[in-house]
Amino acid sequence: MSQDFRIDKIGLINRDKKISFKFNGKNYFGYEGDTLASALIANGVHLVGRSFKYHRPRGFFGAGVDEPYAIVQLYKNNETEPNVRATEQELFEGLEAKSVNCWPNVNFDIGAINNFLNKFFPAGFYYKTFMWPKSFWYKVYEPFIRKAAGFGVASIKHDKERYEHKYEYCDLLITGSGPSGLASAYAAAKNGARVILAEDKPRFGGSLLTSEVNIGNQSGKEWAENIVAELKEMPNVIVKNRSQVFGYYDHNMLVMSERLSDHLPKSKKYSPRQRLWYIRAKEVVISSGSIERPLVFGNNDTPGVVLSSAAKEYLKVYGVLVGRNPLIFTNNDSGYETAIEFKKNGIWPVILDTRSNPNSEVIDEAKRMGINIKFSYVVVAAKGYKKVKSAEIAKISEDKKDLGQIENINCDCICVSGFWTPTIHLASQSGNKTKFDKEIDAFVPGQSKQEETTVGSANGIFTLEETLKTSFETGQELSKKITKNDNKVSIPTVVEKKLTKHDKFWCVPLPEGKKYKRFLDFQNDVVVTDVELALREGYRSIEHVKRYTTLGMATDQGKTSNLNGLQLVSNVENKVVPAVGHTTFRPPYTPVTIGAIVGREIGKHSKPTRKSPIHLWHEKNNAVFVDAGVWLRPRYYKQRDEGLFEASKREAENVRKNVGVCDVTTLGKIDIKGPDVAEFLNRVYTNAWLKLPVGKARYGVMLREDGIVMDDGTTTRISENHYHMTTTTAQAANVLSHLEYYLQIVWPELNVNVVSTTEQWAGAAIAGPKSRNVLQKLFPDTDVSNEGLPFMGYLEGNLFGVYARIFRISFSGELAYEVNVQSDNGNFMWEKIIEIGKEFSIQPYGTEALSTLRIEMGHVAGSELDGRTIPYDNGLQGLVSKKKDFIGKRSLNRSAFTAEDRQKVVGVVPLDKKTSIPEGSHLVKEAKSKLPNPKLGHVSASCWSVEYNNPFSLAILRDGKNMIGEKLFALSPLKNKTIPVEIVSSHYVDPKGERVRS
Amino acid sequence: MLHIKCPHCGLRSQNEFAYGGDATVKRPELNKEVSDKEWDTFVYLRKSPRGKHLEFWHHISGCRQWFKVERDTVTHEIFKTLKPNEDN
Ligand SMILES: [Zn+2]
Repeated sequence: MSQDFRIDKIGLINRDKKISFKFNGKNYFGYEGDTLASALIANGVHLVGRSFKYHRPRGFFGAGVDEPYAIVQLYKNNETEPNVRATEQELFEGLEAKSVNCWPNVNFDIGAINNFLNKFFPAGFYYKTFMWPKSFWYKVYEPFIRKAAGFGVASIKHDKERYEHKYEYCDLLITGSGPSGLASAYAAAKNGARVILAEDKPRFGGSLLTSEVNIGNQSGKEWAENIVAELKEMPNVIVKNRSQVFGYYDHNMLVMSERLSDHLPKSKKYSPRQRLWYIRAKEVVISSGSIERPLVFGNNDTPGVVLSSAAKEYLKVYGVLVGRNPLIFTNNDSGYETAIEFKKNGIWPVILDTRSNPNSEVIDEAKRMGINIKFSYVVVAAKGYKKVKSAEIAKISEDKKDLGQIENINCDCICVSGFWTPTIHLASQSGNKTKFDKEIDAFVPGQSKQEETTVGSANGIFTLEETLKTSFETGQELSKKITKNDNKVSIPTVVEKKLTKHDKFWCVPLPEGKKYKRFLDFQNDVVVTDVELALREGYRSIEHVKRYTTLGMATDQGKTSNLNGLQLVSNVENKVVPAVGHTTFRPPYTPVTIGAIVGREIGKHSKPTRKSPIHLWHEKNNAVFVDAGVWLRPRYYKQRDEGLFEASKREAENVRKNVGVCDVTTLGKIDIKGPDVAEFLNRVYTNAWLKLPVGKARYGVMLREDGIVMDDGTTTRISENHYHMTTTTAQAANVLSHLEYYLQIVWPELNVNVVSTTEQWAGAAIAGPKSRNVLQKLFPDTDVSNEGLPFMGYLEGNLFGVYARIFRISFSGELAYEVNVQSDNGNFMWEKIIEIGKEFSIQPYGTEALSTLRIEMGHVAGSELDGRTIPYDNGLQGLVSKKKDFIGKRSLNRSAFTAEDRQKVVGVVPLDKKTSIPEGSHLVKEAKSKLPNPKLGHVSASCWSVEYNNPFSLAILRDGKNMIGEKLFALSPLKNKTIPVEIVSSHYVDPKGERVRS
Repeated sequence: MLHIKCPHCGLRSQNEFAYGGDATVKRPELNKEVSDKEWDTFVYLRKSPRGKHLEFWHHISGCRQWFKVERDTVTHEIFKTLKPNEDN
């Protein structure tokens, strides 16, 4: 089977290996080494999509990263991926792709009617058309835009592929393996520098793969191969293909996306699909080359209009002809090189050169080969709808304003060359102040901001000799700065054809009476008249023009459109291009998959999961877990067919009646040592700490400087200069940073040391009227009587051979103890407690029962200490010392904090004693009032009181102290509930606190 | 990602650090009479300069020391880093 557009014996593909693939449901074949684009063109397929706005037929325009059109939907292993560039997608066996932006299919596209409803889509069409009436937005405009726009469909399935991140450091990062990149890398590597050489394409060599040059008596391609082979052998060099450096960030951090499996039918075992490299480079050499500029003429978006460099690449790399009857339209010598390649392969091209009488070695060669060259000629418009069939051409006057007689010429492709645009994206991203180079009509890097140097054609140097010389020197000098070595490599001799100057002309005028669309931005469907309209409507800044017309946006980032857009603005505005300036280039240079950005941080890997040393026991005993910060905590222990409500009620009742045990390992713990700890705590907490004796614990509240409660907990004096602080689970890390801040910055004179010991201790809270019986049996040699271990007392004990700390503190409001042992002994302790507690009917309880117990006791926790409340609001004003100063004290004098009707925590009971009040409900005076119904407070925490067997909630209520006994309504629009309630004391159970002291 | 030189550990990537606010703010001394205005200024008012800014950073995933960084808020250039008790 032959392919109509493939020619023999040329190219770098492997003709021994055929690869079959599917495009829009049809079967084709290509060869190993093809891209999807080259294989489709070889098969004569030129129509690959529809354009973004007008749904005009779209073919191929480039051969790589510059491709604005050929964006397809890829299908692989039952997965789908949008926005894949056909010019970059390497062919693999079984590849399947489809066109996007067309419905029902690429050949008959309903959206193409937009092409004839021109008026509907001028510049700013989003802003104008879809503005009004407002009610149309959701129902009419948005669905329409969503269906009509966009390039592909994202998969909604879980991505089974693996993505990785890697951090790397190097002396020189070199972005691109064309002649400039290879020369810099080679010189730097030979001088001992640690080098990373990154190439976006599968093949190294850049322009050397397609140009007819000699370097040191080898062809350019052979020279590149030899250099790469040598670099790969060097231990100080990392050479990567299929790797795009797409972003240049602060402090010489660059990010590179490496594609490891995208060219394979299936990811290799133990290999990720893509790897994101974070590279911190001492020096960056930007050798990203240049992209050919389009020429602008009528219907210049017709399939078959391609960049002349792309036509040459398809021919020389893939052995593929973009057409058999090519028309070359150029304003410089590059078009001739393409024409010569066609001719060498038996194809007769016609060259239209906008220049009147240029002279150079390349032009002479073309003439010698007998190629038909028409000087001072332009393409006025491409003809043909789904593929170029012919072209309207004309002679153009010397001043480029007047067209001669329109002639028709048959052709099946038009290869355009409007000279070259240096790829300055990375330099610009790094903060480089780019400058306009009038010689080449393009921006080049100027003053570097970071440690970055641009070489080769990316720096506007278009001769190989000059490129190699300066790049070798750059590699040598930059590496010398770092390695201090001075090993020089000799610069090889170069044979290349001399080129002459290009023509500044780029946009063909419209012939009288014709309204051809002339495209500037091929991806976003921006035509010349759009930009003219934007300027007429008063948009001046290039950034505004960009947003109004969408010029240079989206994945293309202006690769082919940028300069022509600027030229047009400068022409209309009568300004020079540098005065117009260019828009900001933003990373990523090319689209990056979300998978690569996320890396391994997915699902359970997105944050660490911390488990207590007792976790396995909880699992075995049917615990249902809940996330508490990064910790997993048992929420309740399920028995039989219990749900959350039944189980937590049973557990809480058992604590009130008998005894329960709760895993409190997750509480933050901070070990504090030093002679000044008491003074420090006295400044950190609101209450007095100077007189806490050894062997005693104290409850404390700490504030932020703005007077808001930051955290609460107990701190115990273990010995003279040794304290043990506990924090809430959620605030543990913040409290440590807070303490360190004051010790290191504000009061460095205090001799105090803090360190987190959260993970060093496992903790069990034993609570309930029978807790002392359990404790006595756990520590038979220790006196744990009310006298031996009074409320807020501390002892150290021997738990069957294990050192333990025993605190008599209570969160549940019952007689309770907390036992801490070193983490490794946590499970041992727990099992002992369960075993010994059996005769006292001990049951483990989870966070839900824990909440119930604290809520009905009126103990405040995270839902009340919510970053908006002061001690008074939480009923903690008794803990605020009047005598001493502490962090945040001065703020408590603020008038809002001392207002007569200041909010305060209260209890809330539904009048029917049955309806649970949703957390977050608003408390209001009237059930039915004009909205917004004035809010008096909100319900912060709700439970089912096991003491009274009815619902009970805590709320933070304005003028709470005077509201006890009031009847209000709890409103929950979310749950659609209105509940009549009574305000009661927040201390619903044991208001005098007798149980904890019993 | 910034590259920050911890005075104790050397150059590390930003993801090891936490930002800690304006380092020129001095907390009023304890037990000293402070006017409302002075206190408000200390708690709430911060300059947001365009350019050089002296700020605290905390080497939270490293040595856990607080230190000062002089940074340009526009270019992110870091001019120097100092221990809390150093002035230059
Ligand atoms: Zn450090």
